[in-house]
Amino acid sequence: MNDKKQQKDAEAAAAASGKKKFSAADLRVIKDLEHLSLSDTMELKRELDNYKNFSLAINPDEGMYKGGHFEFAFEIKPTFPYDAPKVRCKQKIYHPNIDLEGNVCLNILREDWKPVLNLNAIFVGLQFLFLEPNASDPLNKEAAEDLKHNREGFKRNVRAAMGGGNVKGESFDRVMK
Amino acid sequence: MAAADIAFLPNGSEGTRARWKYLDKVLDRPGPFTDPDSFVPGNHETLERAKVLGAGGLGCEILKNLALSGFKDIHVIDMDTIDVSNLNRQFLFRAADVGKYKAEVAAAFVEKRVKGVQITPYCGKIQDKDEEYYKQFALIVCGLDSIEARRWINSMLVGMVDGNDPDSLKPLIDGGTEGFKGQARVIFPTMTSCIECQLDMHAPRAAVPLCTLATIPRQPQHCIEWAHIIAWEEERKEITLDTDDPEHITWLFQKASKRAEEFNIPGVTYSMTQGVVKNIIPAIASTNAIVAASCCNEAFKLLTNANPFLGFPGTDNYMMYTGDESVYTYTFEHQKKDDCPVCGEEALARPLEIDPEATLQEFVDSLAERPEAQLKTPSIRTTEKSLYIQSAADYERMTRPNLEKKMKDLTAEGEEMLVSDKAFPTMFKYVVVWKR
Ligand SMILES: [Zn+2]
Repeated sequence: MNDKKQQKDAEAAAAASGKKKFSAADLRVIKDLEHLSLSDTMELKRELDNYKNFSLAINPDEGMYKGGHFEFAFEIKPTFPYDAPKVRCKQKIYHPNIDLEGNVCLNILREDWKPVLNLNAIFVGLQFLFLEPNASDPLNKEAAEDLKHNREGFKRNVRAAMGGGNVKGESFDRVMK
Repeated sequence: MAAADIAFLPNGSEGTRARWKYLDKVLDRPGPFTDPDSFVPGNHETLERAKVLGAGGLGCEILKNLALSGFKDIHVIDMDTIDVSNLNRQFLFRAADVGKYKAEVAAAFVEKRVKGVQITPYCGKIQDKDEEYYKQFALIVCGLDSIEARRWINSMLVGMVDGNDPDSLKPLIDGGTEGFKGQARVIFPTMTSCIECQLDMHAPRAAVPLCTLATIPRQPQHCIEWAHIIAWEEERKEITLDTDDPEHITWLFQKASKRAEEFNIPGVTYSMTQGVVKNIIPAIASTNAIVAASCCNEAFKLLTNANPFLGFPGTDNYMMYTGDESVYTYTFEHQKKDDCPVCGEEALARPLEIDPEATLQEFVDSLAERPEAQLKTPSIRTTEKSLYIQSAADYERMTRPNLEKKMKDLTAEGEEMLVSDKAFPTMFKYVVVWKR
């Protein structure tokens, strides 16, 4: 039996059994996940057969968020990688670029996303937000104001919020590792 | 051609050769690019026998052009029904047709207007059809309006290619427009750059930074996007947003209006809300006409050999048209990507003979010996489940029990199987064939 004949048979069998094929989005996300280079400060949590939804934990080992444990939920749409994944911080945290609902302001998640970028680029980008929170792209305006005008106060607020305390009447999730 | 020559022949004069006078001229005389020794110009028969498929938003233009170019056996797929807003440009539809299926109405209209043409409509999704269906055509002309649909037809046509059967290769002519811009491209699946290779050619969705939406909205659209992305999640997280549900659009419209008021931004309307949320880009009749015409000309040349066509392997395959700033067109060769997940070497599903009685462990061992793979630490998945994953220690632990199971209990004939190895950048895609 030649290769092609075999393939035809296989395809006929597939059609009869209604077997699905890997979609282009599946292939791309599997490839991205297979070739991650995660640093020690990142942890990927994924159910074995679920490529569409997974979470990434970031445990910064330097900077103002050192000692914290931050989890992000990822949702891969069927249009990936034309569309960026949807990313949300699972905890309520005090950060100028992440709002209280978990929305994240990171350029490559929206306006600068390109299909040539991969998941690793997003992971690195998220990690960078904890090393260098950015006051000029505020999603949490108050935190951004604090960072801009009162860096020491901002640091204290970060520590208080990470411990599960209140900052200006808003209570935050405890995220200490 | 003198202006008088271009007039349409009146209804009823078909059936005479006169109808195809100009087509005959194109097809019967040696063209400027034809080699008198080897070139055999096509004829009407070539066109008449060619079954072609048109689909999607450029459908009216494509159908009209194909029919008037001499194609006789045309199939059309469209899942949509006719909306009042289509009537300004989709000229095959009339007010009385609103609510009916586009494919049916268009087919009936063109059959009536162009005698001798047979148009077979299918009212549904391109995804409803299988390989057997797509195999019957000589080529496929698509004017689809979504990236998803394009990627689907692309991977279907790439997957159909059988190296031993030239008939399995179906050229794909794809047209698309966005406002004043558009493109026409021709793809020879597996031979030339495919839709997936060209994914980065699609204009990215215009996105405004989230922080602008959240803190300093400047335009009414910013307020709508804020309602869409931020307010909905905050207040109606448990409800999945349905952009076709008027109640949902109304909710977003009211939210956006309130926010616009706070920031003193005029201009939020219900229809703008609908447009922003559904990411509607205005369709311009003339851009559609230009792009569809170009696609159909390429279809005509491709099947008749009348003149060189776009997309011949090794030549230009992509024509971009921009009409938003004066007029500019550029035609170039988009290169095929070796690592394309659809048409790249690694993406083509090869048949893989597997002994159904063998254990997964035996199968894993055999992969190390396959010449094209030689994978020492493979991870193996089917579309249904992960059979054995070695890319992470805990997955390895979870999937290890499968090693003792028989292949027939883990997969099925015809199933796609993906084999990867962390040590290699490529992945291998197989179709399971039982060893008999
Ligand atoms: Zn490709």
